[in-house]
Amino acid sequence: MKQTENTKSFWNLIKLTPVHYVLLVALVIIILSLLSVIKLELVINGLVMGSIIAMASMGLTLVYGNLKFAHMAHGDFMTLSAYIVLFILTVPFHYIGMRSTGLGPFTFGYPLLIAIPFVVLVTASIAIGLDRIIYRRLRNRGSNSVILAMCSLGVAIAGRGIVQTIWGGDIEQFPRLSKLYYQLPMDVRIPPDAIFIAGVVLISTFSLHLFLTRTKMGKAMRATADNTELAKVTGINTELVIRWTWALSGGFAAIAGVLLAVFQAQLLPSMGWSFLIPLFAAVILGGIGNPYGAVIGAMIVGISGEVSTQWINPTYKPVIAFAILIIMLLLRPQGILGTRD
Amino acid sequence: MDIFGLIDYTVGWAVVAGIYAVFSLGLNVHWGFTGLFNIGIAGFFAIGAYTSALITTPPPKEALFEDFIFGGNLPEYLGFLNFGIDLWFLLAILAAAAMAGIIAIPIGLVTIRLKGDYLAITTLGVAEAIRLIFLNEKWLANGSRGLYNIPKFLGDVVTPANYNYLYLIVVLIVLGFLYVMVTRAINSPWGRVLKSIREDEMTAQANGKNVLNFKLQAFIFGAAIMGIGGALYAHNIRFVSPISFDPLYATFVIWAMLMVGGSGNNKGAILGAFVVWGIWAGTGFLPGFIASPSIRLFMIGLLIVVVILLRPDGIMGEERKISQKIP
Repeated sequence: MKQTENTKSFWNLIKLTPVHYVLLVALVIIILSLLSVIKLELVINGLVMGSIIAMASMGLTLVYGNLKFAHMAHGDFMTLSAYIVLFILTVPFHYIGMRSTGLGPFTFGYPLLIAIPFVVLVTASIAIGLDRIIYRRLRNRGSNSVILAMCSLGVAIAGRGIVQTIWGGDIEQFPRLSKLYYQLPMDVRIPPDAIFIAGVVLISTFSLHLFLTRTKMGKAMRATADNTELAKVTGINTELVIRWTWALSGGFAAIAGVLLAVFQAQLLPSMGWSFLIPLFAAVILGGIGNPYGAVIGAMIVGISGEVSTQWINPTYKPVIAFAILIIMLLLRPQGILGTRD
Repeated sequence: MDIFGLIDYTVGWAVVAGIYAVFSLGLNVHWGFTGLFNIGIAGFFAIGAYTSALITTPPPKEALFEDFIFGGNLPEYLGFLNFGIDLWFLLAILAAAAMAGIIAIPIGLVTIRLKGDYLAITTLGVAEAIRLIFLNEKWLANGSRGLYNIPKFLGDVVTPANYNYLYLIVVLIVLGFLYVMVTRAINSPWGRVLKSIREDEMTAQANGKNVLNFKLQAFIFGAAIMGIGGALYAHNIRFVSPISFDPLYATFVIWAMLMVGGSGNNKGAILGAFVVWGIWAGTGFLPGFIASPSIRLFMIGLLIVVVILLRPDGIMGEERKISQKIP
């Protein structure tokens, strides 16, 4: 309800304070780990986990901002993509004799790098197709956001059903080769895969940034997220923007799913669904519709989840993400970078 | 399967469907009448089932390597009150309802102010947190091994083979009681306020209704009904463990039931439970891979989507209250 804040675009805001906040938090973490209050290795793990959460939550926040509903099937996009990559690596690539493991220092092989663009295209098409069949109809009917969210819940359940029907409900092992860790000072061990994951996420985030700030479609997308009605009036084809949003969202979810599979080395039909709480925590923390905020939120969720395992049972990690979400909703429901109510 | 076997099977099926109908009624209070998007039914389900199980099971025997510390052993303590009618069952159900309602208060206070889909995300988180607590805190309820030895209500009246018949009657009585209670509550002025909140919060507020308060009351009321459902479940299966409260069986199926039956209509909620559970059990007899639980998972999801797209009112839809007298 604060009109004065609405006029100031949140894209300007991020150039000011939040960077300082992030640096400050990083400083605190470094000091704490120097004083050996927290293990630096957990922080590094948290950064890797945060990168994967960031990857998926950037897509989720775009959908939430542009289509104004909580997309419950986002985690299952991740699951589906991870399983598609598993299929590509173990069936067609296996038969033509491509080795799925052992590229340089990494646990996976170069076929994964071929499979990722493919699965991005597949998941993006699925996302656009689902919008065509389901969400567009509801939009045109003028359904409220809760009905849309409920429909996406149905999609999520059906998607998991498909994965379970094809691959079964048991744990699948992702093809991998055990590799040495990089040993760094202060008892920090980094698996080479973590560097790959961080690299992919950095490149994707930077590409998204360029897309949103340098291209016409990206600018139209930001305008739609800001005010859909106004965007329509100024002649932006919002349906096209929505298709692009789904494509980006699906593609990012696909990459996130594959990275999660690489990191965890095993696949479960419920892996994406159980990722939903950290994802939404990151999205709400960063401010809905703001991809930069989502990255910051994801890092907070990822690091706090991993660092908390120093004191409490690791299975409570989702509860930590959830607690952060609740505290945020109570104190600052618009998120760290958000300015809208 | 001979005819008696078929009847036995149907009765066992109807018990489960009836218990699901209780949850469907509770969800109808949340979603159908008040518009609260709760996808954490599993949480209240678990609280109801565990409360009822914990206060009625005998204390744990250390010889069985059991780590948990609590066992209310209510049937033993209430033995002096037992005039052949197991009074403890009523107490267990009331305790389950009360506990689910009490747990709903802080959750409601935090989440009820939030918009629809925020509420969904937070209830999802609450259900997961409750499941993780029961899974990890072994002292509370034996962790993943769960609680067993849950006593039967009127277990010594009929032979175990015929027990389902008796329990079906019990479930139907509880269901009928809840149906009458919910229907009366919804037709009262209190219920009309809930419906007006669902339709337009601003208008309700403008008419001087304390929207947050009413939503909180509806949330607690629905949660208590779900707690009763949990207690009925615990004394039917007579074993509870965190696996029982998987979101699929404990949340999504119930959503599909309410959507199919018709949200906003209590008869529809009950009908939906029997229809969806009928489809669920019926597909189990189909040949080949169609009978697999994964396909059913897919179907439940598809059912929700198809109902929303093609028939948003479900089978029955909401009864029109004012315009029904107008031709």
